[in-house]
Order: sequence, then structure tokens, then C-alpha cells
Amino acid sequence: MTFSNSLELLAFHETAYTIYALLIISVIAWFGYNLTRDKKADSIVRIPFYGYIAFLVAGGVGHHIFTYNAIPWVSQDITRHNIKPDASYEFEIAKHKWIGLPKKITIQCGQTVKFDVKSRDLVYGFGLFRQDGTLVTQMQVNPGVDVNGILDSNDMLWTFNHNGVFDLTSTEYSGPAQYSEDGKKDLMLVKNFVEVVGCKEGGAK
Amino acid sequence: MSIMKNLIHGTNFDHTSLNALQKVTLRAVVMSFLFFGLVAIEGMIMRAVVTGPANPLPEMFSHPYHYFSIMTVHPIVGIFGSTYQLVFAAFMFLVPFLTKKPLYSIKLANAVWLLITIGTALAWIAAFVWQYAPLYTLYWPLPADTEQFKVVGGIVFIIGVALIMLGTFGFIYNIYATIFARVGVHKDKTTKELLISGFGIDGMLNLWHKLTGKPPYSKEPALALPVVAIFRGTVDTFLDAVVILSAGVLVLVYLIFDASGNPLNVAAIDALLYKNYFWWGLDLVADGLVLIYVAGSWYLLATLITGQKLFMENVARAALMLELLVSWMVWSHHLLADQGQPEMMKLISGEMVTAFELLTQGLALFITLVTLWKARPLKMTMELKYLLGGLVGFGLAVPAAIIQADMGMNRVLHNTQWIIMAHVHIALIVGLYMTLYSALYVLWPIVTNNTKMFSSKLSNIHFWLYLIGGIGMGAFGGMAGLDGMLRRHLYVNGEFNTLMILAAICGTMILIAWFIFLLNIVLSVGIKGLIGIFLPAKDPSASYGIEPETIAENHKS
Repeated sequence: MTFSNSLELLAFHETAYTIYALLIISVIAWFGYNLTRDKKADSIVRIPFYGYIAFLVAGGVGHHIFTYNAIPWVSQDITRHNIKPDASYEFEIAKHKWIGLPKKITIQCGQTVKFDVKSRDLVYGFGLFRQDGTLVTQMQVNPGVDVNGILDSNDMLWTFNHNGVFDLTSTEYSGPAQYSEDGKKDLMLVKNFVEVVGCKEGGAK
Repeated sequence: MSIMKNLIHGTNFDHTSLNALQKVTLRAVVMSFLFFGLVAIEGMIMRAVVTGPANPLPEMFSHPYHYFSIMTVHPIVGIFGSTYQLVFAAFMFLVPFLTKKPLYSIKLANAVWLLITIGTALAWIAAFVWQYAPLYTLYWPLPADTEQFKVVGGIVFIIGVALIMLGTFGFIYNIYATIFARVGVHKDKTTKELLISGFGIDGMLNLWHKLTGKPPYSKEPALALPVVAIFRGTVDTFLDAVVILSAGVLVLVYLIFDASGNPLNVAAIDALLYKNYFWWGLDLVADGLVLIYVAGSWYLLATLITGQKLFMENVARAALMLELLVSWMVWSHHLLADQGQPEMMKLISGEMVTAFELLTQGLALFITLVTLWKARPLKMTMELKYLLGGLVGFGLAVPAAIIQADMGMNRVLHNTQWIIMAHVHIALIVGLYMTLYSALYVLWPIVTNNTKMFSSKLSNIHFWLYLIGGIGMGAFGGMAGLDGMLRRHLYVNGEFNTLMILAAICGTMILIAWFIFLLNIVLSVGIKGLIGIFLPAKDPSASYGIEPETIAENHKS
């Protein structure tokens, strides 16, 4: 199983967690009911202690092994310094404004793009959103300079496997100045910043 | 007429019969629940704002300075003003109760609730009057950003937080001074023996001796298991207070220099290093003291409710030690979206060690459930109901966080409503508070000298409204997070309207539940009794003599 974008991953996650949530609520409710009964309850399953511990360990560790293999951006992120991107974009943020931002980026399906964002003052975020508001990807943008006074990089690689037009905004709170006075406008929102073209309907080329 | 009588005089509550320890405990409890009401109202204001066009509040609540000021003080009031107060009050009562020794200092206990109350009030005033809004995360250099915030607001806020931390140090000193006092049952114990027991080393030795067949297989530990949990959790409480206080001092220095006309260079502090330091400390609240205190509270409640020894007590003692070590090494899961953070730290601290919390908390859940199961049939008392509610809360909230503490998931969940609603709010509102309500119902007769609760119907209504409202609000908020709704962002145009309206309805249930609970308490102790709690006690005793075993008798069918 491989997830080609965040929508597929989040849909899977929502289903799996909902099943789990209903299960744990039901188990405790069943348990509470049987605690009060004089008649000894018949166990539906007998869970040996070490089996339960093994289950927890397997759950904790197995979860990461599963995501490492099923979510392509994990290994890509860890090894990103050895990967040559198809395109690179570098820009800065200062006083809640994007500096040097291209008006629009058009990306061909399957391209791996590097975003390198630098902050001159506060902690911001870099996030791409679909038109329905769902999150494509994001990272934190920390300020800072090295010993030579060069701004610190906050870089991320992302491979786009689905067509779409994505908005950009800061995903980290950097003070109320990010918004208009009445709160109705996000001043860091860049509509239709990224457009991905050339993918088939179900994703990929 | 009867209601009016209850409102003024309560049921059979007599504040003059309370000793100094009981009174100081109740003072903090009263302040805690008042702050809970404030935090619930703040939460509902924010919930109403994000419903967009459906928002019934005046427009000023949607203004960013106003909105984020509320968001800044909401966790300060909730975590410190309410939760810390309640937990500290319970533990300063429980340690003398369980060790059968007097509390080290009643004066210090009074100073604790006063410092936390004043500190919380100052932080709230800073946000309300000067709209100081760097949020609780205080990401550097935002708290020192005087272009966005007034210096005076920042100074008042930091002084408020510093007072809360001083109160916290007072609590820590009082707890350890009581545990290490060599009086009563600990008259012949050495400091070394108490330390060994406090850190759970005796539990580990018992396990080791049993495995290797070396007698004695089991040695009676010097400290009861809940006291060990309090001892252990308080280590994290101390470290966390040191970090928050030192970060506050840093911000204060920058603000004072700014006010004097000689601003310091904010770039002198590395933002990512600061984030690591601050999250290490702040995470000791969420993944340290809360989990350890909660595990200890479950063990205590399970043994008090059943009157039996805890199942696998030595394992529980050893697991608490493991939990303490784990809590020091997990902070990197907050920095998985920070690209400058070393990958190995993300992998080891952020993912692997964090996953251990599934094991430690799962173990606590298992031990508590088996202890209850072995003692059945039990009466479904209010304390048992709330305990089960607390177990459900953590059963839901812990996996929700473990799922996000993953480099793949974090990329699409970081800073969304998922973590703050499906994890934090369910952990606090359902997991932690239902555990605390359970403790409150267990301790109520002891702390109030057998005062009759006004209405069990109101208690039940509170329970169900609170449970359904708490889980519902967390679930709908979490779903909004999956749809891309950010946690520290302002949405006033109805972007996530349907889910936010549903979350607001559930939030309203919590607010109504709080009011019903408060009403029940006021009708039980009466306004006269409530005032009397704050009057000096005639009996200066700092201990309480009821044997814990007697409580269990009330729970047997």
C-alpha cells in the first residue's frame, strides 16, 4: 500500500481511527456494565498480559515501519540533501510578507520540487492548501542567521502526483498582524500559487 | 424555599468543623472550578467565532488581537489556574492522608493557591487590557516583538506566569518536605530508603529478585504507590517550572531593555534552539507530569474503590520510573515539521521514544482495569463512572497523538485542529478532568466531613453532558483538522462551518455541565459555607486521620 498524496492518507487515517475510537468506547462501556453484574461475565477474548504488551510494542513500532513504507515523503525528506530536485524555489518572509515570491508556479505531474523558505524576523510556516481547504504539505519556517550573517534555510522536497491549484499561507502563528483588522483577511494568503498539470484523473502521469 | 435554604446553608456542611488542611484544600478547589468556568467561556467564544456567519457574538470577538489574546490566556487559565490548582490541592491533601503524616506547611499551601490565582489573573489581565498575544508556545522572538505587542502587556503577562511558577515551586517543596519527614510511619526510615522507594527502585528490585529466585521475593516498599507517582511526577513539575520560569526571565529582560530605549538584538537567541529548550520543558507537562500523575491517580482510585491491592504493583512501580525517563526524551515530536531539526532527533526522540508512551499508558490502563475487574461486582458509583470516563479519554487521546508523532503523518497533521482537539482537548477535558472528578467524589466526604451532595441526579446529568460534550467537541474539531483547519489560525468566513457548529454545540454541553456541577456543589455547601472555607480554621491540624481502607467499604455491592 502506498499513499500518493495527503488526501488518500488522511482518508485512511480517518477510517482507521474512527473504528479504533468506537472500539475503545465500546470495550470500556462493556467493561463498566459487567463490573456491576453479580453473574460472572463470559470473556469475549482472553488477553494474556504479555500478549497485550507485545501488541502495544508492535503498534508503536509497527506504525512507523508502516508509514515509512507507505508514505513516500518520509524517506524523501530524510534523504533530501542527496536528491536533485526537478525545480527549486527560494524566497523569504519578513513582517508577514512574502519576499521574492514567484507570481505563480506551474509544476508538471510527478516533478519533485524544492522549496527553501527563510525568515528575517519571526517563526512562520509554509503550507500549500487545495481549493477545498485541505492541506497538501507544510513545514515550519524558523528565523536565524549563520556565523556569516546568511539567513538559515528551511527546505522541503515535495513530489506532486495529482493535478490541482494550491493556495499558500503561513501555517504557524506569527502574531495578529498576519490578518486584517477585522480578521476577515489573511494577509499572507497567496491564492492559486501552485498549479500542477499533466496528471491522469486518478493521479500520476 | 428548600432550594433557597440549600443555596444559603447547604445540606449539612459545617465549615467550622474543618481543619486547616481541609480548608486549604477546598480553597484551591473553589478557585480551580471558577477558573474552569472562565476557560470554558473563553473556549466557547473561540468556538463561536470560527462558526463564521453563524457566530452570534459581537464583531469585536473576531478581531485578530482580541481572538488571539483569548487563545493566549486560554491554556494559561485552563492548565495552570484550573488544572494545576486542582491537582496540587488534591496531592497536598493526599500525601498526608496516604502517609499518615502532617503536611509540611499549611502556610506554604495557602501561598501556593494564592500565587497561582494571582499569577493567572495577571496573565489574563495582560491579555484582556493590553491584548498581549504571543500564545502559550512563546516562539522566539514573538513574545519580545514590541512592534505587535505593548511592552507593559508583556511584562505583566510574564510576571503573572512567574508567580504561577513560584507557586509551583512552593507545592514541590511542600510535597517533598512532607514525604521526607521522618515522623509517624516513616519515623525509622532513612532518606535513602524513601528515595529508593520514591524512584520505584524497590519495585524493580522486587521484580528482579522474583525473576532470579533470590529471596526475599518481595519487600514492602516505604511509600504507597500513589505517593510514588506523586513523587515521580513532581520531578517533571520541577523541571518544567525551571524551563518556563527561565524562558519568562529571558522575555522579561528583552522587554525591559526595550522599554528603557536600548532594545537587545533578538537574533542573538537561536529560534530553533530556543524551541527545543522550551518544548523540552513544556512537554514535561503534557508527556510527563500529567501522564504520571494520572497513572498514579488511576491506581489510587482503583485501590480505594475496590479496597484491594493493585494488580501487578511492582510492574506499576517500575513502569512509573520508565515513564519519567521517557518523558525527558520525547520533546522532538513537537519539532517534526522543523526542517532544521536533526533527522536522528526526529527519529529517536520524536518517533521511537514517543511511541513508548503507548506502552506506559497502555500498561496503566491495563493494571487499573484488571484491578477493578478482580473486585467485581462493584456499585456503579459516581467515582467509578468518572474513572471509567477518564480511562476512555486517555484511551482515545494517547493513540491520537502517537499517530501524529510520525514523520509521515506530521507533514499533514502538524498545527492542525487534529492535535489540539482530538488529542489535547480529549486528554484534558475527558481523560484528566474525569479522573479528577472521580478523585473529587472519592475525597468529597473526607475533605468536607461527610457533607451530603445536594443531588445525585445533577451529578449524573453533569457526567453525561460532560462526557458526550467532551468527546464530541474533540471529535468534530479533530475531523476539521483532517480537512485542513489549522489550530492557530483565524477563520471568520465559515470555512469549516458545519464541523465548527457541531463542535460548538458539544462545547456548550461542557459549559452547561460545568454550571450544573457548580450549582450542585453550591447547593451542597451553601454560600455561607463557601465563604466560610476562606475564613481561618479553628483546628490547625495539617493531617487527616481516616484510614483509606474505610472508603472501599462504601463501594461494595
